[in-house]
Amino acid sequence: MSLRLPPLAAVHQDRAAKLTDFGGWEMPVEFDSIRTEHEAVRKSAGIFDVSHMSEIEVSGPDATTLMQRLTSNDVTALSPGDAQYSMITDEAGLIIDDTVVYRLPEGDRAVAPDGDGARYLFVPNAGHDELMVDRWVDHRDELGLDASVTNRTEEYAMVALQGPDASDALAAVASGDVRNLSPFEATYTSVAGVDALVSRTGYTGEDGYEILAPWDDAETVWSAFDCQPCGLGARDTLRIEAGFLLSGQDFDYEDDPRNPYEAGVGFSVKLDTEFVGRDALEGVHEEGSDQKFVGLRLIDRGVPRHGYPITTPDGETIGTVTSGTMSPTLDEPIGLGYVDREHAAVGSTVRVEIRGQPKKARIEPTNLLDEYR
Amino acid sequence: MSFETPDDLGYLESHEWARRDGDTVRVGITDFAQDELGDVVFVELPDVGDELDAQAEFGVVESIKAVSDLYAPVGGEVTAVNEDLFSAPELVNDDPYGEGWMLELELSEESDFDDLLSAEEYTEQTE
Repeated sequence: MSLRLPPLAAVHQDRAAKLTDFGGWEMPVEFDSIRTEHEAVRKSAGIFDVSHMSEIEVSGPDATTLMQRLTSNDVTALSPGDAQYSMITDEAGLIIDDTVVYRLPEGDRAVAPDGDGARYLFVPNAGHDELMVDRWVDHRDELGLDASVTNRTEEYAMVALQGPDASDALAAVASGDVRNLSPFEATYTSVAGVDALVSRTGYTGEDGYEILAPWDDAETVWSAFDCQPCGLGARDTLRIEAGFLLSGQDFDYEDDPRNPYEAGVGFSVKLDTEFVGRDALEGVHEEGSDQKFVGLRLIDRGVPRHGYPITTPDGETIGTVTSGTMSPTLDEPIGLGYVDREHAAVGSTVRVEIRGQPKKARIEPTNLLDEYR
Repeated sequence: MSFETPDDLGYLESHEWARRDGDTVRVGITDFAQDELGDVVFVELPDVGDELDAQAEFGVVESIKAVSDLYAPVGGEVTAVNEDLFSAPELVNDDPYGEGWMLELELSEESDFDDLLSAEEYTEQTE
């Protein structure tokens, strides 16, 4: 099957980016070097093409009811222009996907069609758009709700501007006051003359923005920023350092399903709302999960990688590494993974089995940047 | 993008090179390979004195994003490893045919060298 191409595909090819299949999309993994791109985001600003992310719009009189039913957070807490991180879970409380839910601002020009009441846009991970549309439509029909569910994935380009200088870079080309947007707040504004939805959100552990613009205007928005283009390789290393979940690695609904509490994102679960998976998660919340998502820092030489076993010093297996890299910021091998709760205390010494060899490591907080800052 | 592929070296399809100086063969990975890998952050090499067969796995090279096995272009006893790579693995990126070399072998089978790809043959497979 041929890969889906983002609207900036030709731009990336001209720039000789290394490309990869990500969720069925051909996306840039590296433009110059992961280290260079990573450092640009930590120290100044980098720009990412994240047009492979899915975008699904939900509108109509029962939009709020439907969103509340299918996401773990409380959408009724959102005012127009607010966004929230949320989980999409199954009946057993296992994470199918993580997502950001936007309650679209008033004065829509770029994104939403006419509709009554609250309108939402949520952003599931790459390649999950059809799965999520089906899930939303099935539940809407089953519950007899009046809501429109529209897959906008191939209508909107998504560009992320991330880093301490992101605010200045965006303010220079945006018509609206983007500097005063709060974290997880979105507004419609013009970016380089293009009507866009701009939110102060990101996934790198830095200040940043995500810009949603019409597909055909992607190049205008992308080329308005004179900063380091970054690929998905740097996105991964930035996320690992900040302890953010990587879909398909830190949770994988097919191969390694996890519930939000063990994945360290219990804050996105509101048990006082009624959503699919709520009852199961209430039980997990009361009893505690068997495993916990932790950070790891390797003390011996080596690099922790997805799938490596985590053991006690005696060799008893207590967990698994789910993401790992040589941290460009800390210049140390770091990872994320799950360990049995009784071995999850920060400071505990464990082993990561690298190609059959036990290597000494320490349990750390998931946000490994805390110490750096 | 074109990559440096010196004419005086022998190559494996798995992107290692071998440079012969008498019975001593120096081994590393190619310019193409280091570019594909990206930033090299870790190299695991055998011990001096280890015996390697031609085509045998002798270590790993890790970039920020990936792990790759390393294969011996020829068989023989390991007579030296480049310990500079333990503290400066980026030498593999910076100078793959020079400071980024990985190990030296005392050639045991003359014919091993004859089986390697020429620079031209190797370049064809990477295009």
